[in-house]
Amino acid sequence: MPEIRLQQLRKDYGAVNVIENLNLEMADGEFTVLVGPSGCGKSTTLRMIAGLESVTGGQIVIGDRDVSKLEPKERDLAMVFQDYALYPHMNVAKNMSFALRLARMNKSDIEKRVKEVAATLDLTAYLDRKPAELSGGQRQRVAMGRALVRDAGTFLFDEPLSNLDAKLRGQMRAELALMSQRIRKNMIYVTHDQVEAMTLGDKIVVMKFGEIMQAGTPEQLYRNPANKFVAGFIGSPTMNFLAAELIEENGVLSAKGQGFSIPLPDARRASLQAHKDRNIHLGIRPSSFTEGPGGLKMPVILSEYIGAQSVLISELGGQQVAIEVNTVVPIRAGEEREFKVQGDEIHLFDPQTEAAL
Amino acid sequence: MSIARTNRMTPYLFLAPAGLVLLFALFYPICYMIYASFLDWNPSQRIGEADFVGLRNYTKLFSDPSFRESMWVTLKFAGVVVTLEMFLGVGLALLLDRNIRGMSLLRTLFILPMMIAPIVVGLMWRYMYHPTVGIFNKTLKSWGFDTIPWLSDGNWAFASVVIADVWQWTPFIFILSLAALQSLPTSAVEASKIDGASGWQQIIYIKLPLMLPVLIVTFLLRLIDSFKVLEVILVMTNGGPGLSTEILSLRINRTASEFRELGEAAAMSNLLLIVLLLLTFAMFIYNKAQDARAARLRAVEEEA
Ligand SMILES: Nc1ncnc2c1ncn2[C@@H]1O[C@H](COP(=O)(O)OP(=O)(O)O)[C@@H](O)[C@H]1O
Ligand SMILES: [Mg+2]
Repeated sequence: MPEIRLQQLRKDYGAVNVIENLNLEMADGEFTVLVGPSGCGKSTTLRMIAGLESVTGGQIVIGDRDVSKLEPKERDLAMVFQDYALYPHMNVAKNMSFALRLARMNKSDIEKRVKEVAATLDLTAYLDRKPAELSGGQRQRVAMGRALVRDAGTFLFDEPLSNLDAKLRGQMRAELALMSQRIRKNMIYVTHDQVEAMTLGDKIVVMKFGEIMQAGTPEQLYRNPANKFVAGFIGSPTMNFLAAELIEENGVLSAKGQGFSIPLPDARRASLQAHKDRNIHLGIRPSSFTEGPGGLKMPVILSEYIGAQSVLISELGGQQVAIEVNTVVPIRAGEEREFKVQGDEIHLFDPQTEAAL
Repeated sequence: MSIARTNRMTPYLFLAPAGLVLLFALFYPICYMIYASFLDWNPSQRIGEADFVGLRNYTKLFSDPSFRESMWVTLKFAGVVVTLEMFLGVGLALLLDRNIRGMSLLRTLFILPMMIAPIVVGLMWRYMYHPTVGIFNKTLKSWGFDTIPWLSDGNWAFASVVIADVWQWTPFIFILSLAALQSLPTSAVEASKIDGASGWQQIIYIKLPLMLPVLIVTFLLRLIDSFKVLEVILVMTNGGPGLSTEILSLRINRTASEFRELGEAAAMSNLLLIVLLLLTFAMFIYNKAQDARAARLRAVEEEA
């Protein structure tokens, strides 16, 4: 089972350049998630890897084979499509066994394999049904099953859960995570949902306008976002961004904005020295606030009760801010509370380049 | 009359004019023809003067070898042209279903023959088949081959009218198949590529089965039409030589105008009508079955 490398990958649709220069390496057996807003080129990238879309420039290397010019069937991969792409005229068993039948595997082996996979996906009772006679969730599982019966080297998923309702999606996400642990294969998974990306991926690749903004483990992306885009994309509720100025007060470096001044830890002093007295963007996750005396006085404009947590909408220096707190005692709208910010959980960004400082 | 009842009647009121037209333009002639088929009727007689002969016209038909020959020619013609046209039309559609530059122009060119009036098609082919000045024989001759008796030998004449019909009507099947192909779910075809299907396997296992409903209707439409062909053959061979290309509609025409047997002609027309009705009915049943299936699937989907 090989590693996959994308080298200087480029894709044009006629005169429109969708992907300019994409470089990415995926280790053997890694679960890679491509995530990004709609239209950023995730599907295009995946479809180029699959061979469904031609490559305008650059290489796709699987193992030591350059597969960029090969037919899909020569690339040893299986794929799950967003709309499932089941064969409407074949029943579930036929759908799942299609690839095996084309490969001329012998009948009893095919049957055994299909039954095995159908059992793990709870599809045994539906093997005789046509796709149109199944619910959305069942169709989704058939699509999974069709990929799983094959012993392909690489599995590709294009938003496989996005057509399911929220509850089913959560369930399937968990099953998928389990399955990926069981069969350690190369998996490339496309989604626009950062929660899916965080829960499934060994490695997450955040994309925007056909470019990779950052690639790394879920934790790296959450803790050390390389830029404002990644910071805003990963994590829920979304990170708060505030305009501020980097100043030195009484020998302490702090971020000063309208109506607030947050001291920064000494450890960051060296790297921030060059940006002193300049405008910056401050990024604070809603969960980085803690309620307690001695903090910033902030009004509670709206309180969204979720259960164990509440999300408060507040205001700081004329800018809206979301705060996530534990709901021990519910906080009501209209109150004024004091909130402290962990200095080491603050992110700073260059306002021009949006790169993390 | 209550308002509710009036409302219910409204659609029928609006349909009435069309219904009346239909009654006179379609129903009346058919009844007339059915009645005529029981008469021994000469064109010089008024219909009231004709003798009523019961089923004699029909029994006579079945023992008439010329009629049986004509029936056979019709079946053979319909079978051969529709089969050829299906293969060529679907094949062309599969071949031209891709986005290359100039493809839309090519597609337009392919459907041109269908737009030419049948009489013109007949004349055109008659000139091309002309034994001495026709393009085919002239070309054959200039290449040093023997010329072919396109329209003067029975077997060749049949082949010639088949070629002309195939030329004219393959486009019909081509455009319907192309439309069917282009409305196929692209992702199913893509999935089959990933599953390892070669171009042929994609066609045989995915594309053709998914096109089948459209192909069946196309087939039946074309079959019905091929039973009614008249002008092209009339112009090219007028049924000859001998009876080799005398399809049923030509035979009916001749029986009425040449043999002056209006009753027999009517009986033949009725038989042809029955065959066509059966085919139409088959298509109707097929469509109904499809609709019922779709409705059942929708029901399952909603409940799921
Ligand atoms: N066949 C196509 N022709 C032209 N543009 C396309 C085509 N497919 C995708 N695009 C464009 O490429 C960009 C990336 O699309 P896609 O990869 O589907 O995005 P996503 O990240 O949502 O999957 C979009 O701007 C889309 O409009
Ligand atoms: Mg997409």
